[in-house]
Amino acid sequence: MKTAAEFKIPYTQLLDATGEPTRELPAFARDPEDVLRMYRLMTLVRAFDAKAVNLQRTGQLGTYAPCLGHEATHVGVGAAMRPEDVLAPVYREYGTQMWRGVTMREILTYWGGDERGSDFAGPRQDFAWCVPIATQTLHAAGAAMAFKIRREKRCALAYIGDGGTSEGAFYEALNLAGARSLPAVFVIVNNGWAISVPVAEQTAAKTLAQKAVAAGIPGVQVDGNDVFAVREVVSRALEDARAGAGPTLVEALTYRLSDHTTADDASRYRSDPEVKEAWKSEPLVRIRQFVLKTGIWDMTQERALQQDCARQVDAAVGEYLAAPKPATDAMFEHLFAKMPAHLVEQRDVARKYGAKSGRH
Amino acid sequence: MVEAIAMAHGWEMRQDERVVVIGQDVGANGGVFRATAGLQERFGKDRVQDTPLAEAMIAGMAVGMSAQGLKPVAEIQFMGFLYPALDQIVNHMSRMRYRTRGRLTCPVVMRMPHGGGIHAPEHHSESTETMLCHVPGIRVVCPSSPARAYGLLLAAIRDPDPVVFLEPVRLYRAMRQEVVDDGRALPLDKAFILREGTDVTIVTWGATTIETLRAVAELDKEGVSAEVIDLATLSPIDSATILASVAKTGRLVIVHEAARNVGVGAEIAAIVAEHALYDLQAPIRRVAGFDTVMPLFKLENDYIPSVQRIVDAVQLTLAD
Repeated sequence: MKTAAEFKIPYTQLLDATGEPTRELPAFARDPEDVLRMYRLMTLVRAFDAKAVNLQRTGQLGTYAPCLGHEATHVGVGAAMRPEDVLAPVYREYGTQMWRGVTMREILTYWGGDERGSDFAGPRQDFAWCVPIATQTLHAAGAAMAFKIRREKRCALAYIGDGGTSEGAFYEALNLAGARSLPAVFVIVNNGWAISVPVAEQTAAKTLAQKAVAAGIPGVQVDGNDVFAVREVVSRALEDARAGAGPTLVEALTYRLSDHTTADDASRYRSDPEVKEAWKSEPLVRIRQFVLKTGIWDMTQERALQQDCARQVDAAVGEYLAAPKPATDAMFEHLFAKMPAHLVEQRDVARKYGAKSGRH
Repeated sequence: MVEAIAMAHGWEMRQDERVVVIGQDVGANGGVFRATAGLQERFGKDRVQDTPLAEAMIAGMAVGMSAQGLKPVAEIQFMGFLYPALDQIVNHMSRMRYRTRGRLTCPVVMRMPHGGGIHAPEHHSESTETMLCHVPGIRVVCPSSPARAYGLLLAAIRDPDPVVFLEPVRLYRAMRQEVVDDGRALPLDKAFILREGTDVTIVTWGATTIETLRAVAELDKEGVSAEVIDLATLSPIDSATILASVAKTGRLVIVHEAARNVGVGAEIAAIVAEHALYDLQAPIRRVAGFDTVMPLFKLENDYIPSVQRIVDAVQLTLAD
């Protein structure tokens, strides 16, 4: 019997869980300033995330999706992308977004129940957070199609979670990107859990990266807790896409150290030992050990960074809390380019009752 | 109300082994709102299944299971995530009986949280029942209390045809009510009179029954006697109950959280205009959500019809 097709899924790790290089590092990882830029942002994201959870717990923020444990994947992807590329996030990739210029205040504004948070002052062409699962992968494919039609050397990058790879839209996006050789990169953040459903119950596939095979595109795995590996693998995928070689599916293996959202209680469905084990390979300690061991960082700098992060987070929280509530009018604005007559009428009704209800 | 929903599942699963619960996080987690809490422990993983994350898959799988004689009760995690499943619901579930001339049927219940008011994230607060009511061949049901959720869910599971069961999130934990776990269903296709009155009929359903009853309490103080009808089954509409009430009161106000445009309220108004125009002493009024996107939660209370809006609409109707 002949074999009609075979596939291999390469796996990349550059730093082990103790911060030791497992092979020769790429050029960016040998540039202290470049490494420290990633490290500083990972530290800031960790501080921001803890604060956001705290704000929710104290009734100052709505439901929030934490990113604890995902910092290496998110910052690594951010560092791999170019400013002119387009990001189609899910809803917890703050590290990538902050690298690209989304502010902590904007993130808090969104989770604080105010659409203005999605009006990014920084990356104007990036898509906003995407709650309907997997739909964003098609938006990235569409943006990539626009780049291809206009012959622009730009890429679109979509995130998706492990659970999202069960959705039809995900396969449709991969298939389209492959069939039209689009400049797109799809990054699966495989953190082990889709709310309460573990990956093994989501699919019989041994890897999620192999879902690329059926779309005829490369699928690769990377240690998602290793910021160097993520940046390296995603950079290569983006370079290929930019050079016209088509899309890549990247599966970043990490772990959701937090609850799914602040409305979730993961202790109902997953075990403590599993979470404790996952903490042993968490991403921030790994890169911290690397920068300390290689001597480009010391504990004095570390303490200063922690203070600086706390200051930045506090400043963002202060701005967020000080912002006035959106006016009642806001729910009618931006629905259409020009407000139709029936909405003008309804806006006036809402104004009257918005003021009267005293719930502002 | 969420406990009543879990209780109805439990009763019917015990009575009827064809009942199978499917959905995202319905198993070990017992549902994100706990509406299926404890069911997997009691009935096992075959009958309470966590599915892969795909709404079209859930609905399509329910079509296949039900055509084979099972009675799937499927949870869509939030109404805002229903839309990938509409293809299966509209093109297959709703018309399987019709197109096979009764040979294959889909006794499915599609449950989902409905509406806003609990500070939920984006796409978690939708009330788009109109889209479903427009589809021939499915029933759309929306309970207004724990007891009604229990009785109507039992009826929905027992019904031989597909039922979309909308669970207002504001009611999940809004009120405590003793519900007897006696397996007694309430009728589908039947509206309930929550309160009798003589001056005006108010038709509403789901969570806005709360604001409506508060408004009626205010109106009471001013000597206005309002009759409140909980529509309960949104499609098909129980015209008889509404028409009988309007014949008595001569005035009609419709309250719903969903957007006004082509809302279920428009259908009710049309029914009354067609059949009871001469009973009316004043134009029909609608108090509805605005024709915009359900805003993120900072403004959701400005979107959902308020007690004052209802009071004012009733008073305007009475003044006409």
